[in-house]
Amino acid sequence: MTDFNLIPLLPEIFLSLVGMGLLIVGVSQGNVSTRVICWSSAAGFVITGLILLGIGWETQTVLNGMFVMDKFAGFMKLLILTGLVAAVGLSVRYIIQEGMERFEYPILIIFAGIGMMIMVSANNLLTLYMGLELQSLSLYVLAAFHRNSMRSSEAGIKYFVLGALSSGMLLFGMSLIYGFTGSVDFTTIGATVNNLSAIPFGLTFGLVFVLAGLAFKISAVPFHMWTPDVYQGAPTSVTALFAIVPKIAAFGLLMRLLFEPFMGMSEQWVQIIYFIAVASMVVGAFAAIAQGNIKRLLAYSSIGNMGYALMGLVAGTAEGAGAVVLYLTIYMIMTAGVFAVVLSMRRQGMAVYKIKDLSGLSQTNPGLAYPLAILMFSMSGIPPAAGFFGKLVVFNAAVASGYYILAVIGVLSSVVAAFYYLRVVKVMFFDEPADAFDGGLPFARRAILFISVLFVLGFVIKPNIFVSSSFDAASVLFQG
Amino acid sequence: MIIQALAFYLFAGILVVSALMVISARNPVHSVLFLILGFFNSAGLFILLGAEFVAMIMVIVYVGAVAVLFLFVVMMLDISFADLRKGAMQYVPVGLAIGAVLLTELVMAYGVWAFAPDALANRGAPLIRFEGATNAESLGQVLYTDYVLAFQLAGLILFVAMVGAIVLTLRTRPGVRRQNVGEQHARKREDVLEIRKVTPGTGV
Repeated sequence: MTDFNLIPLLPEIFLSLVGMGLLIVGVSQGNVSTRVICWSSAAGFVITGLILLGIGWETQTVLNGMFVMDKFAGFMKLLILTGLVAAVGLSVRYIIQEGMERFEYPILIIFAGIGMMIMVSANNLLTLYMGLELQSLSLYVLAAFHRNSMRSSEAGIKYFVLGALSSGMLLFGMSLIYGFTGSVDFTTIGATVNNLSAIPFGLTFGLVFVLAGLAFKISAVPFHMWTPDVYQGAPTSVTALFAIVPKIAAFGLLMRLLFEPFMGMSEQWVQIIYFIAVASMVVGAFAAIAQGNIKRLLAYSSIGNMGYALMGLVAGTAEGAGAVVLYLTIYMIMTAGVFAVVLSMRRQGMAVYKIKDLSGLSQTNPGLAYPLAILMFSMSGIPPAAGFFGKLVVFNAAVASGYYILAVIGVLSSVVAAFYYLRVVKVMFFDEPADAFDGGLPFARRAILFISVLFVLGFVIKPNIFVSSSFDAASVLFQG
Repeated sequence: MIIQALAFYLFAGILVVSALMVISARNPVHSVLFLILGFFNSAGLFILLGAEFVAMIMVIVYVGAVAVLFLFVVMMLDISFADLRKGAMQYVPVGLAIGAVLLTELVMAYGVWAFAPDALANRGAPLIRFEGATNAESLGQVLYTDYVLAFQLAGLILFVAMVGAIVLTLRTRPGVRRQNVGEQHARKREDVLEIRKVTPGTGV
């Protein structure tokens, strides 16, 4: 092996050491140390981010070409680490209130984070699968983390069984791709595919299976059935983690896979992604209308949002890829803010999840109601909130590549989706007030809510910081 | 050649039949035994491919450890598998339909199967170094060098699996009397033993 160099892997190596070290601390100190370990792991994520910024992001592949570090991977990893800090920050008070403060909680999040970082840097089908499994396995356990809750166990089992099925499909697709091209390395596969005069059936077949497996991970229709149940059943802090981070990693993986080795087959995969995008947008918009539970509503909202993001992939251009990265960034920050409010929905020490529990929140607790209203406006894509610009860039990219019908469907379904987002606002501001929530917003939640609202409102002032960096990151995928 | 072909069909045929028996046998212990038979036959297929090391690992790991573990679990758990299977018949039509679709697709995919022109060269590229080496030797040479990343990640995955299993199953019960060696050693004679002088005829 000529390209042995561990420097691009330093963030991952450091994070694994942090995880193992904290596990030792947890085992020796017991569950009383959960809070300390949570904050140490958040600090670990921050330090990992600093290391990541320090190692240089010029494109290079290392370890027998299995691991790639470039601007795209670097940017996505920064996003993932930010999301993980937010997810841990949101969790601390919640897991203590729910009586599930065990020190393994932040440690599993750390290992899921390592898996996600490997996913966006994968340059080989083996690395891809290993990263995906490391992430999924940690998330299965987290979904079932609340052992005294039936629903949490059910969510864990459901997620595990369906996740295993999707991994099976992914592996079957990979075996077909390997059988056809004779390689698991992205660079070699790309060269082989580009040399072909006609795309054979077997290779398309393999790619379809791989896409089915990955569509499950980003909960795109028709592989979305698990999402509402898992979002509802899992402890809310874990739901927040599910909604914020793993999809960024899965999208990073999907983009590298489609735009690097399989760019030569774009005619084939565009049809699939096109269908998945339309189906996700429509299902996400219509199925959410009937939901009375805010966690299920957010599950359908995330399905719909994945549809919008996929639209940028259909465009198949550097502009489209940049739009996807920007969309994911905005979506992540908005979702973190929304979950900061959802986690604070407690009455008499019990968590409540009904949308009608929010009734009259503007009178009983304006400090939660106004930020949530701003975030809901942003989610539904009303200017000048950040969510509007996210949708604007993906629609723009789709139109620029000539996918007018797709863009029209997107606009129409976002109009439908606006109905249920704004219904939350209506319930908060115009309904008879219900009993007040328990007071006391912990500092971390307050900070995340504040940053999220600040971002949503301030995006319009200096959009270029985020737009240029995300477009810059995504353009790397199109240089080879 | 003909012997190889015969051996292939023998192994493959028994493998398919035993796989079918795994899901249809009434007695779960029989299911596990058929699973073991299936593992042996797939090991045979690996030998036909010239992958003798993988075949042996298959037998040692899957038959020796995994399947025996299954057998213990099945025998020790008091689960009525007949009850579990009661509602299963209603899903047979759906299952058959999906199976038929998948089979058609597979026939279509393999019916027109063609390798990429570069496939042979791609597949051969990592093997050039190991001309004439045995399986175990060549695997040993690449596992900790070329594929060290995948190997280490597999280690991390197993680590997470271990942590996860403990998280989901370990319950600390209050009021259990455990042996604490440290405490036992730290015991002093003065704490537990009292010597009283008893004068005869008075009692304690």
